[in-house]
Amino acid sequence: MIYALLLIPAIAAVLSLIVRGDVFRRTILILASVCHTIITITAWNKDAKPLLNGWLMLDKPGLLFLTITSILFLTCSFYAFGYLAGESGRRKQDFEEGAFLTNEPEAIFCACLLAFLTTMTFVTISQHLGLMWVAMEATTLASAPLIYFHHHHRSLEATWKYLLICSVGIALALLGNFFMVIAASVPESNDKSMILSSLVQQGQLLNGPWLKAAFLFFLVGYGTKMGLAPLHTWLPDAHSESPSVVSALMSGALLNCAFLGILRSYQVCLAAGLGQFCQNLFVLFGLISIGWAALFILGQPDYKRMLAYSSVEHMGILALGVGIGAGATFGAMLHAVNHSLTKAMLFLAAGNILAVYKTKTTKGVSGIMSVMPLTGILWIAGFFAITGIPPFGIFLSEFTIVKSMIEQGKIGIAVAFLAILALIFIGMAIAFLNMAQGRKNDDLKIKGNPDTAIAVLPPLALGVLTLVLGLYVPPVISNLLHDVAVRMGGY
Amino acid sequence: MMFILKLFNVIIALAAAPLLLGIINRTKATFAGRTGQPLLQLYYDIWKLLRKGTVYSRSISWIFRIGPVIGLSVVLIVTAIIPIGGLPTFISFKGDLIFFAYLFGLSRFFTVLMAMDTGSSFEGMGASREVTFSTLSEPALLIGLAAVAKYTGYISLSQMFSSVNLGVWLNAGPAFVLVGFAFLTVFLTENSRIPIDDPNTHLELTMIHEVMILDHSGPDLAMILYGAAVKMWLLGVILIDIVVPVHSGNVLLDVLAAMFFMVLLAVVVGIIESSMARLRLLYVPQLLVGATILSILALILVLR
Amino acid sequence: MNNTTDIVMIFLVLTNLTLLGLSRLGTCIRIVAVQGMVLGLLPLLLNGWNLEFHLIFFSVAIITLKGIVFPWMLRKTLRELNTHREIEPFIGYGTSIALGTVIFVICMWLSSRLSLPVATTSTRIVPVAFFTIMSGLFLIISRKKAITQVLGYLVMENGIYIFGVALVEKQPILVELGILLDVFVAVFVMGITMFHINREFNHIDTDRLSRLKV
Repeated sequence: MIYALLLIPAIAAVLSLIVRGDVFRRTILILASVCHTIITITAWNKDAKPLLNGWLMLDKPGLLFLTITSILFLTCSFYAFGYLAGESGRRKQDFEEGAFLTNEPEAIFCACLLAFLTTMTFVTISQHLGLMWVAMEATTLASAPLIYFHHHHRSLEATWKYLLICSVGIALALLGNFFMVIAASVPESNDKSMILSSLVQQGQLLNGPWLKAAFLFFLVGYGTKMGLAPLHTWLPDAHSESPSVVSALMSGALLNCAFLGILRSYQVCLAAGLGQFCQNLFVLFGLISIGWAALFILGQPDYKRMLAYSSVEHMGILALGVGIGAGATFGAMLHAVNHSLTKAMLFLAAGNILAVYKTKTTKGVSGIMSVMPLTGILWIAGFFAITGIPPFGIFLSEFTIVKSMIEQGKIGIAVAFLAILALIFIGMAIAFLNMAQGRKNDDLKIKGNPDTAIAVLPPLALGVLTLVLGLYVPPVISNLLHDVAVRMGGY
Repeated sequence: MMFILKLFNVIIALAAAPLLLGIINRTKATFAGRTGQPLLQLYYDIWKLLRKGTVYSRSISWIFRIGPVIGLSVVLIVTAIIPIGGLPTFISFKGDLIFFAYLFGLSRFFTVLMAMDTGSSFEGMGASREVTFSTLSEPALLIGLAAVAKYTGYISLSQMFSSVNLGVWLNAGPAFVLVGFAFLTVFLTENSRIPIDDPNTHLELTMIHEVMILDHSGPDLAMILYGAAVKMWLLGVILIDIVVPVHSGNVLLDVLAAMFFMVLLAVVVGIIESSMARLRLLYVPQLLVGATILSILALILVLR
Repeated sequence: MNNTTDIVMIFLVLTNLTLLGLSRLGTCIRIVAVQGMVLGLLPLLLNGWNLEFHLIFFSVAIITLKGIVFPWMLRKTLRELNTHREIEPFIGYGTSIALGTVIFVICMWLSSRLSLPVATTSTRIVPVAFFTIMSGLFLIISRKKAITQVLGYLVMENGIYIFGVALVEKQPILVELGILLDVFVAVFVMGITMFHINREFNHIDTDRLSRLKV
């Protein structure tokens, strides 16, 4: 089964390079993602056989993040069908500067999307820390061409920053890997492999200071990829310049996979008894990310950058949740699911808005409800969802985290957390509500119906999912989340 | 007996020093396909200058007259500090490597002063360049000597050099290679050879050492030229004593080996001069900083 | 053996310092190539020149990739880019070398404070590894041209590799090859991006890529 999970997107990627017809290629994209999702869902019932001596195995945390990635990719591939159909054809004009630009060949775009799925699947499946590193670097390389879809200088600048900063970060994570190996090379241990389960087993025997150093490098290295401040500098540029489909996938799936990398080393540290040290670091980075994001959301003129900073904020909440521990770990895992669904929905809706209004500034957009009512509803619903208003899922997860904070007596952190969330709510409210309501711009030219089915249904599906999760978490999902939380030191 | 050996040390330096310059020039000429100057040319030049009269310009003071004397006397004192081939020296006390460095500093100070004393902007330009480059090359020299001193455990030059032998090289080879390269750069700088300065040119753009002695004539010039030759010999001796130490036990053999290596050094310098062009003035500080870094690296390696 | 490893380590330190002080891009690429080739010999050297098949294969792979393929790719990009010198980096060349020496001293001090559970053949390996990593980072931060930043990334990977080879007893070959493959594709993609940057902007000064703010 693991073979199928890896090979289907990989073969589809190669196929999409070879195949000639555009429509045929987009169908391959959708087919591959459908197959991938079906196999992922069957993995919930049937345990997949481990491969390569336990190097590749689908354990509970891997299954959780794989499911998120798969569902997101499914909806995004449907959206991409419509998006690519709209983008193909004659030369485009750059929105902001009016220069003529070309697009990347669609073959490369589809191939890289599928390669992106393959490498992210690889990350969730790897049990060997070294192999996971290889997969992480591969995700960076597979996603770099995706940012550069519209060939103009801003996206090129964003691609270069992304490539360099993430590669450097992941190189530091490689150093962390080596530190981990040194920590495992104590004479008393008889098994010196880097497979997660054996490292966790050896827990108490591992060398303390080297393990701490390894965790620190993992946190900084993979944290660069995850978007923790102050290492997040590539994130706003990459997310604002790339096509919305790519932004949705990166925010929803890629950041989570980077978080998985950090969590793997956290598992080892927990087994070695260094939980408190790691949790302090998580709380520190979490609070810094949330605060930093809040500063940049207030008064942000570009709505896609605002969504990007919101991703930074929510990654901070994830780190904070794991750092608080106990019940908040469950909240963090639930938050990972909800944030991915909500952020993807918002980015896809933002893509619709951009296609019609042809501007990325919040001031340039107004009256979405009158021009494209369905997208407008999605936009406002998404705003409520992402800022933590009930009945959407993020409210539930953030509530769990705050509840656990108060239970543990960390009132100061809870107050700071809620205050910053309130600030973010205000900042986003001003922008979003101004965009959705009001009268449409007079000089806006609309061709046809902007609310096509293929553009609205995917984000709608994601929104419905997050709404359902906010009202009622089915036992099967809740059990999985609790399982994962237990492994991460909570319950 | 010891007195004769110490005297021998000084006499070798005084007698053989101008020969070094002759060898360098001959090597350069061979590379250029010419026959070149006779090997003993500098001796003839000095003898000729000693018999000429001196011309002093009207704008000079007493510094101009005593500058060459101080330069020569400093160099003569230093011949009594630096041993060649394991010979004992007249002056040897703890810390005499600092004494030696400061003596050279004294001579350089007076050279610069007498250059500026002429009141010509031409010499002043040379003086400023000379001071800049020697500022950057002194750390290389001193730190390199410090590295050798740290390793051998002595801070007197004669004791240091007599304890550097093949066993030392096997143990701390890399550090000494670095020191060797640093000292070679210092050698080229202090004696104004290519790639720092071209001794043949008299163009304003490129002169450093030549320009400072433009106004001298007669015996003054003879003293300066001779002093420069002995200085080159002494710095070469330091380089040879560190890079190719030969202590076979037989004094005569050591001295002959050392003289052979001095000739070899002169040939190497001639080859360097023939195969490279002078560096742009902007890049000379970088080269000197590089030499200093090599010295510092050697010191770090010796300390660990 | 001890002495040979020492000499190799010092040679690596010298290459790093030279990289910090050079402005000519072609020579920089050559120095990184030499560094890569020396590193390829390192596994054999540390194993006492016992020629095991797995080690030979790995050494050959590293020498080919780091010594031949990467410089060839970078040189090709350099030819298309039509620039040959780095002009006015953020931190001047002399200052860079001086800072590099200070960083080296700090690395030596740091390594003397670390207690390694694994014995190493030479006491110089760990500080030189750290120093190489830091010089790579320094190059990325202080230089303006995109190609020097790629060179800095390669130097950083070299440093991490030295660390790995010296201290990790036996990396599974899959992981080692995976790392090599990743670095190869990374340089490849960066090369293509630089080509695009040059075509788009007509320069590769990354400090002038500053349209995206806040």
